[in-house]
Amino acid sequence: MAMLLNEDEKMLAETAEGFFADKSPVKQLRTLRDNRDDTGYDKGLWQEMADMGFTGVLIDEEHGGVDMGFMAAGLIAEQMGKNLTASPFLSTGILAATALKQGGSKEQKAEWLPKIASGETIMALALEESRKHNPKATNMSAERSGNGFKLSGQKGMVIDGHVADQMIVVARTSGEAGEMDGLTLFLVDPRTNGVSVERTQMVDSRNSARIDFDDVEVNADAVLGEVDKGGEVLGAIVNAGRAAVAAELLGSGGEAFRQTTDYIRERKQFGVNVGSFQALQHRSAHLYSELENARSAVLMALTAMDTDAKSAELPVAMAKAKLGQVAKLAGLEGVQMHGGVGMTDEYDIGLYLKRIRVAQELFGDANYQMEQIATMKGY
Amino acid sequence: MSDLKEFREQVRAWLEENCPAEMRIPMKGFDDACWGGRNYEFASQAQEDWMRAMGAKGWTVPTWPKEYGGGGLSKEEAKVLKSEMKRIKARSPLSSFGIWMLGPALLKFGNEEQKKKFLPPIARGEIRWCQGYSEPGAGSDLAALATKCEDKGDHYLVNGQKVWTSYADQADWIFCLVRTDPKAKKHEGISFVLFDMETPGVEAKPIKLISGKSPFCETFFEDVRVEKKNLVGEKNKGWTIAKYLLTHEREMIGGMGGDMRPLSEIVAGTVGLEDGKLADPMLRAKVAQTEVDEWAYMLTLNRKLAEAKAGASLGADSSMLKYYGTELNKRRFELMMDAAGHDGLEWEGERSNDGDLARMWLRTKGNSIEGGTTEIQLNIISKRILELPGA
Ligand SMILES: Cc1cc2nc3c(=O)[nH]c(=O)nc-3n(C[C@H](O)[C@H](O)[C@H](O)COP(=O)(O)OP(=O)(O)OC[C@H]3O[C@@H](n4cnc5c(N)ncnc54)[C@H](O)[C@@H]3O)c2cc1C
Repeated sequence: MAMLLNEDEKMLAETAEGFFADKSPVKQLRTLRDNRDDTGYDKGLWQEMADMGFTGVLIDEEHGGVDMGFMAAGLIAEQMGKNLTASPFLSTGILAATALKQGGSKEQKAEWLPKIASGETIMALALEESRKHNPKATNMSAERSGNGFKLSGQKGMVIDGHVADQMIVVARTSGEAGEMDGLTLFLVDPRTNGVSVERTQMVDSRNSARIDFDDVEVNADAVLGEVDKGGEVLGAIVNAGRAAVAAELLGSGGEAFRQTTDYIRERKQFGVNVGSFQALQHRSAHLYSELENARSAVLMALTAMDTDAKSAELPVAMAKAKLGQVAKLAGLEGVQMHGGVGMTDEYDIGLYLKRIRVAQELFGDANYQMEQIATMKGY
Repeated sequence: MSDLKEFREQVRAWLEENCPAEMRIPMKGFDDACWGGRNYEFASQAQEDWMRAMGAKGWTVPTWPKEYGGGGLSKEEAKVLKSEMKRIKARSPLSSFGIWMLGPALLKFGNEEQKKKFLPPIARGEIRWCQGYSEPGAGSDLAALATKCEDKGDHYLVNGQKVWTSYADQADWIFCLVRTDPKAKKHEGISFVLFDMETPGVEAKPIKLISGKSPFCETFFEDVRVEKKNLVGEKNKGWTIAKYLLTHEREMIGGMGGDMRPLSEIVAGTVGLEDGKLADPMLRAKVAQTEVDEWAYMLTLNRKLAEAKAGASLGADSSMLKYYGTELNKRRFELMMDAAGHDGLEWEGERSNDGDLARMWLRTKGNSIEGGTTEIQLNIISKRILELPGA
């Protein structure tokens, strides 16, 4: 298994590292937050990401992308995690691109994929309906009406929902909550009558929305994939999301750890550097070990995605579980080892703690993944 | 590439011919391992044949150079060999401190004569080695060791005591840390010497462990004569060799138990499934957690080995692997004991194969002590990798 990066991948990782450190250091997130920016992301940055080919990393060349695959997407996500970069990369470059690739008709692909690659269109996935990730429980209804469908229900945790030009909505056309069968995906323009979008301010100062659908009429050609059979495409979408978020968490967790070790190396108490205390050293050494394992898990998940996305479900779930836990530990230990300054808004470590809390929750936290893993492995 | 394909075919054919059927059944426990040595009692003819065949081929140490008894294989070829052995579930032909610890140290620090003399018998399983590091007053603080080694002109004279010397009562030779300059700073007066355990003045007394077994000894040296040519490296510079050897030892301990059955399979075998789920939900969650951690750990072990050059040491990362791998192995056995419940507590009798599980469970407690404790590994990571002050 390719657990080592090849030359191309190393080069891309370096490029991405320089790019995000330069163009979107943590300062940028602070500015967006403090200015209460309407969009919550930097449009200029998004355009530059498009110019770099990042937005089209999963899109084939025919549709204007660079088609570099998941290892590349993960390397980009890792650098964004490291810099807490707020951008629609996950919602649009990963989730929507995967949705269209897996479920889109020829026309839908031709219409949307080039616009994603060029940075022109932002798309959001409207999936979650309750406290926790649970695609099977989808309850929002889509009833046949005229030559199309009528959508009713509420969605939450819609990443980039309030800036999206287009939404991918998961609704139930048949069956009951608790079944994967009977789900259908729809492409919906948020300006359609009956759609109301409320931007939700989240703990990580990143974009999210609650969206109400009140008898929203869509045409039959809004269906993405097959009616009642959306579960499979949805599976591919959330799988892609998990892999990308795991990679992002590796970046955030690793950076939180780096900042923490830097801090304890310098901070003095009792006349010595606090990093000389064994209680902190051993916890740091443990975290180092966990982060090394976390890196291997992410590399394996990304490799598996590039090999065969379907059979990648297990390694991706394992990586998401592992990263959820390890990055969380990095955030928690980070604040604790910073002492009082760790609680201040001035220090970045708190921003990492907050983003990690959000990211580990996306597409299923570690408990969710563990349950899936045991089930997939037959125990 | 096509060369590798051809090589794979050759390996497959050779294994087919030379690996006895009995050696294609997974080992049940430590007792099934083959250790070799001058007076070794093989468990079976098959075990001996397998070791000798692999030894003659140099495949007990695939990447060691041919002139020192190795297979002279490239890293890629060694991988092929490993995967072909795995394919037929072939047992490891030889477990050996010579292979895991002394060999790499000799390859790096030994002179030509020493390599020619000592390495081939290690590869062939003819000489079994033990490790004389720890002493009653020098455990974690290994450099505090006091075993005296005096220069007597044409030879050295060794006096002192080692402890926890694994298999000292069965080993043919010992690699031993001794103090050659009592006045120097503690790390600077240590030398690395080799001698035969049959030399007059050497005595090994087995110590009984909590597992009821006695794999290690107190080892006493009284006026033991050591030939000068058996000093490895420079006099008083043995600490560097000692540390280098430890990185290999740690890598080995960290990687132990890697190819065992999945934990969930073992636990399901005792606990059973209800509606396709492990009947005990709390245990199920812990098993899933441990399997995720084991998976990520095995990937890391492979990644670190792939990153390192063939035969090279992993440096301080061997401490990370040793720390994490041994703690994981302890967790695994705790869960196996949890799953086995009352049955796992049996100590004697046929039903439990004389308390096999309980004894193995107890043995794993030593994993995080031997080769430097968990706490010492964490100290090393803090100092060498994280560069924390005062570590
Ligand atoms: C199964 C087994 C096989 C072994 N085989 C061999 C062998 O073949 N050859 C050989 O030479 N030795 C062998 N050993 C010995 C082993 O290397 C030592 O037991 C080990 O290094 C610990 O030393 P100690 O027993 O003196 O414990 P101590 O050093 O006394 O440690 C006691 C406790 O104090 C902690 N501690 C010590 N120093 C520090 C510190 N600086 N910071 C934080 N905590 C600390 C330790 O982690 C431990 O928890 C073996 C041991 C075992 C268990």
